[in-house]
Amino acid sequence: MTTMRRRAVPYLLISPTVALIAAFLVYPIGSVAYYSLQHRNLTRPWADGFAGLDNFRHMLFEDEVFWHSLGFTAKWVIAEIGLQLLLGLALALIVNESFIGRGLARSLVFSPWAVSGVLTTGIWILLYTPGTGVLRFLGQPEAAVLGNPDTVFPAVVVAELWRGVPFFAILLLAGLQGIPGELYEAAAVDGAGRLRRFRHVTLPHLRDAIVLATLLRGVWEFNNVDLLYTLTGGGPAQVTTTLPLYVAQRAVDSKDFGYGSALTMAGFVILLFCSVLYLRLSRFGEDR
Amino acid sequence: MSADVMTRPRPRAVPAARRGRPRRDPGRVLRLYVPLGLYLVFTLVPFYWMLVFALRPAGSADPVPWPITFEHFETVWNDIGYAVFFRNSVIVGVWSLLVTTVIAVMGGYALARYRFRGRSLFMVVLLCTQFVPGAMMLIPLFSIFKTLGLINSLGSLIVADTVFNLPLSIILMSGFVSAVPFTVEEAAMVDGCGRLRGFLAIVLPQLRPGLIAVGSFAFIHTWNNFLFALMFVSRQDSFTIPVGLSYTIGEYSADFGALAAGGVVAALPVVCVFAVVQRYLVHGISAGAVKG
Repeated sequence: MTTMRRRAVPYLLISPTVALIAAFLVYPIGSVAYYSLQHRNLTRPWADGFAGLDNFRHMLFEDEVFWHSLGFTAKWVIAEIGLQLLLGLALALIVNESFIGRGLARSLVFSPWAVSGVLTTGIWILLYTPGTGVLRFLGQPEAAVLGNPDTVFPAVVVAELWRGVPFFAILLLAGLQGIPGELYEAAAVDGAGRLRRFRHVTLPHLRDAIVLATLLRGVWEFNNVDLLYTLTGGGPAQVTTTLPLYVAQRAVDSKDFGYGSALTMAGFVILLFCSVLYLRLSRFGEDR
Repeated sequence: MSADVMTRPRPRAVPAARRGRPRRDPGRVLRLYVPLGLYLVFTLVPFYWMLVFALRPAGSADPVPWPITFEHFETVWNDIGYAVFFRNSVIVGVWSLLVTTVIAVMGGYALARYRFRGRSLFMVVLLCTQFVPGAMMLIPLFSIFKTLGLINSLGSLIVADTVFNLPLSIILMSGFVSAVPFTVEEAAMVDGCGRLRGFLAIVLPQLRPGLIAVGSFAFIHTWNNFLFALMFVSRQDSFTIPVGLSYTIGEYSADFGALAAGGVVAALPVVCVFAVVQRYLVHGISAGAVKG
């Protein structure tokens, strides 16, 4: 009796988590699959009903925004992850050194992580607005960077970097702190310079942290809607619409749940495929 | 022994010339202080710009906010309704913090202290949830909350935010629990404490950094969540700060003073919390990462 009870303890402890995840994550995913085969639009309830593969047919063959959003999503994720990795690694290496005021420096450079996407939008609107923004100090007082299809991409990338680099740096800093200091001393004794120590000690040890950070952040940037939704609204002329942003617009603005669910299914499949492929290619967790 | 001497902080009695030496090392300046300074500029100028707009009188274009005025804060707090948004965000944030932390302690303790059947499956499920996009859960969650009668209520946000905070919180918390040696707990049990009393008396006090890290993480996430609040709440008296801010961006786009003051209200709580707990978060992530 007591062993029975004792065995039940861990299950009791995880039961609230399991219940919440089942009810509000697993069940919704199932219902997305169901809705994707339905016509379901809250603004046109009379047209609801079974749709078969209609939503997917429309998505694949008639919806240009869908295809365009896929291209922009890839461009967005790759640009953000590449730059966040570079800057985040540099930042992590810097604040891993010991110097006076390091705690304060860390708190300051990491602080944009705590800022929401909407607030990031608010701040960068103030910075980008022609006339009163900061671009006048760079000699471009009248540049409307957010309204111009040629400049909107770098403009949103920089705004997202401001908020995105800190968490990348936090993840990598945690990885750096796991590297035993003796390894550097041994390498230094062997006459390895700073660059060679970085290449042969730091990078191999950070490898799994980098793979995990890029994957987590990649998924996160893929899913991240707040900033683009409020900063550009996917515009001008839909050039900054990612797939999840398109889903959110369908769900929030036009209440087209059937078609939005079909887009969601496409997003799931793409995300899953890319993640598995990435983990395979990077040989995550394998001993080398 | 010699390594110990080398890494020990220099005693204060060392002459000023020696103490100042790292500063004059040109390689260190170029490698450390120049890039750090540049990055600090990139980080802080946007914050400063927001403060300038929030504090200077409307119509001024000075890069220094002088004379300082609080008129924009009065506008957003009283006229636009940020007092209500702020209260709603605090309610949702604190409830989600409490529920997330309690459930994460339970789950993290189970993962760290028990080897049970289904444990690795549970871990895999937790990790997989990180791939579920919030934006793509809007539609089904809306339907569920509608059935439960929670649309337009802060309850829907507390539930949804807690669910999305939980997986990472549990993984973080199990790292913190593992760091508390089991022998201490055993000793308490031998002394006649039950497992629960042993946990409350011995483990919980030592989990303080973990509770701070997980709790602040949950609070910041919930405070910042925009999409759920936008989708599940449409009555203005239930708006949270991010939703209110998004309408300020849309409707008052000519009134930058109000936008900036609203931004300061939105930023202040989370940036302050973060500045205080930043080291616990880094520590928590490395504890979780070391464990794998």
